Amino acid sequence: MLLAKPGLDGHDRGIKVVAMALRDAGAEVIYLGLRVTAGQIAAAAVAEDADIIGISSLSGAHLPITEQLLAAMGGAGLGAPLVIGGTIPVEDVALLRQLGVAAVFPVGTPLPRVVEGVLRVARCGTAA
Amino acid sequence: MPRERREQSKPRERREQSKPRERREQSKQSADPPVTTDSGIPVAPVYTADDVAGGPAGLADRLGRPGQPPFTRGPYPSMYRGQLWTMRQFAGYGSAEETNARFHFLLARGQTALSVAFDLPTQLGYDSDHELARAEVGWVGVAIDTAEDMADLFAGLRLDKVSVNFTINATAPIILATYLVAAERQGVTPGQLTGTLQNDILKEFLARKAYVFPPGPSMRLAADVVEYAAQELPRFNPISITGYHAREAGCDAIQELGLTMASAVAYCEELTGRGLRFDRFAPRLSFHFATTLDLFEEIAKLRAARRLWYTIATERFGAADPASARLRFFSGNSGTTLTAQQPLNNVIRSTIQCLGAVLGGAQSIHVMGYDEAFEIPSAEAVTLSLRTQQIVALETGVTRTADPLAGSFFVEKLTDEIQARAEAVLREIEDAGGAVRALERGIPQRWITEAAYQAERDIAEGRRLKVGVNVYVTQDEGEPGAEPAMELFRLDPAVAERQITRTRRRIAARDAGDCAAAIRRLHRDADEGRNVMPALVEAARAGATVGEMCDVFRAAFGEFREPSPW
Repeated sequence: MLLAKPGLDGHDRGIKVVAMALRDAGAEVIYLGLRVTAGQIAAAAVAEDADIIGISSLSGAHLPITEQLLAAMGGAGLGAPLVIGGTIPVEDVALLRQLGVAAVFPVGTPLPRVVEGVLRVARCGTAA
Repeated sequence: MPRERREQSKPRERREQSKPRERREQSKQSADPPVTTDSGIPVAPVYTADDVAGGPAGLADRLGRPGQPPFTRGPYPSMYRGQLWTMRQFAGYGSAEETNARFHFLLARGQTALSVAFDLPTQLGYDSDHELARAEVGWVGVAIDTAEDMADLFAGLRLDKVSVNFTINATAPIILATYLVAAERQGVTPGQLTGTLQNDILKEFLARKAYVFPPGPSMRLAADVVEYAAQELPRFNPISITGYHAREAGCDAIQELGLTMASAVAYCEELTGRGLRFDRFAPRLSFHFATTLDLFEEIAKLRAARRLWYTIATERFGAADPASARLRFFSGNSGTTLTAQQPLNNVIRSTIQCLGAVLGGAQSIHVMGYDEAFEIPSAEAVTLSLRTQQIVALETGVTRTADPLAGSFFVEKLTDEIQARAEAVLREIEDAGGAVRALERGIPQRWITEAAYQAERDIAEGRRLKVGVNVYVTQDEGEPGAEPAMELFRLDPAVAERQITRTRRRIAARDAGDCAAAIRRLHRDADEGRNVMPALVEAARAGATVGEMCDVFRAAFGEFREPSPW
């Protein structure tokens, strides 16, 4: 699993906690860190043969960031699903799903549900 | 409440306790876990005079009187009876015009000073039209590209009358330069300005993560500002040394205090290393702490902070001026204590945290908006935060006497205990080579990440109770992400385009030759180790953008990338 924080937002408490919880749940997790570009994430996902890509955004810029990342992933020929967590308003959840995000974990999602959801998407490619 | 959390959290033992999993298993083994504070200090069922070390005489020495060494009871003799704390709600979004309107809105409702939130491009030194910036313009704060923007931000406000706080760090010297130019346009001299520049770059590496340059040159820039201010800005606080962000990122109250003091020592050593006398700059150092929900522990922490700083300032740095050893601080409520579930509960949480800050003797306070889990606060939420402060100040009577909890067996015992444990954290950082070296080695970052994970599991597994989250959950609240019936803040999507157009117009209107000359001087001063502030002021005055000035530093100092946390 490849986790990263694209954009300029530095709030990394959440994504690090999720990374540790996924690791404790048995997943192999690579965290790319802060301020990585869409191109860097897509390249790393190819290099690492990632089953799933997870990003976190708390700055409000999740829509353009997701569009850029999905375009980069498409350009790199990646089939891995993308999941996103963070401060995401309810009306944007549907927009993100329409863009092609496999699962959205908005603020307030309990940690065990994030872990379950990410693992399910990694296995089946969808949150449903 | 969170009672299992470690007897073992004494800093000395922390090294052996580094794996969260071990901690959990240990706590499961003990049938009757000890009752502790949130940071793991054991709490007895009752406290008596016997718990106060040294008896009444010993206590009197550790307390002093308010306004007198060691300042445990507060920095000023009459405390809030003389002057209330400054009510300073952190605000900023969109462009200068939008934020200016919010400032007028807050002042009209009785706020007594201003606090500016900057957007991420401004914090990281990118102009609004930079490719990394466009998606983030105006989202988490106001977009400032030029000194003209800064002048617009304070339109209709007299900068010799209103105190302004700037939450800005990596680009703090640049933003200060634009502010000095904005003041100059109003005919206000640097000597008249009051307020605070956050300018604490160490905590960016530690927790907040809005760093740009590597730690060494970052420390130089922070110290350039303090040194310049010691000369030019006698009423302005050029740095606010903080543990708030480390706390919000996960660490406990003891670590927060220890890390803050470790940073303070690092800055003071940098400045005295330049040959600046401690008493020349120390009276204008300010501090910033979180106030969270463990009421007595937080009050004790704030009292201990003043006493610990007194000890450090006098014993280590030989402070001769009492003002050099008198800690003054800003308290921010903790956003991480607030919940997306049942968000009106956050009003109560914030009120208790505001009370804690007051009983701890804060000089200025920010109360979180109850909608903060979703967005930056709406006008309604920020008004309620301000009203919370006003009600605590005017209706509860807590301001009538200084340090009203002094002499409480429990509070004094906790104050002593937190000071001792924070001193141990400080020693641990110093054993690791000091604040900068410890950060480079990732030591405190690991404490923070592990503590954040532990706290999240404590909530998930029911050891730490959160009303509406893992206890008293209402069934019909819907899925996470379902928003409550309240008006949330929405940013005008056209802000970025407007800001970019405005900046381009201003670049076109400036004298290109003047601006280029000023940028050349800045390059030279940065390369040759001179204080960068005079050249920055000249560049800001000549219309250089924040991005152009920051690019000079990027070229001179390079950029920092954080090593992996694992």
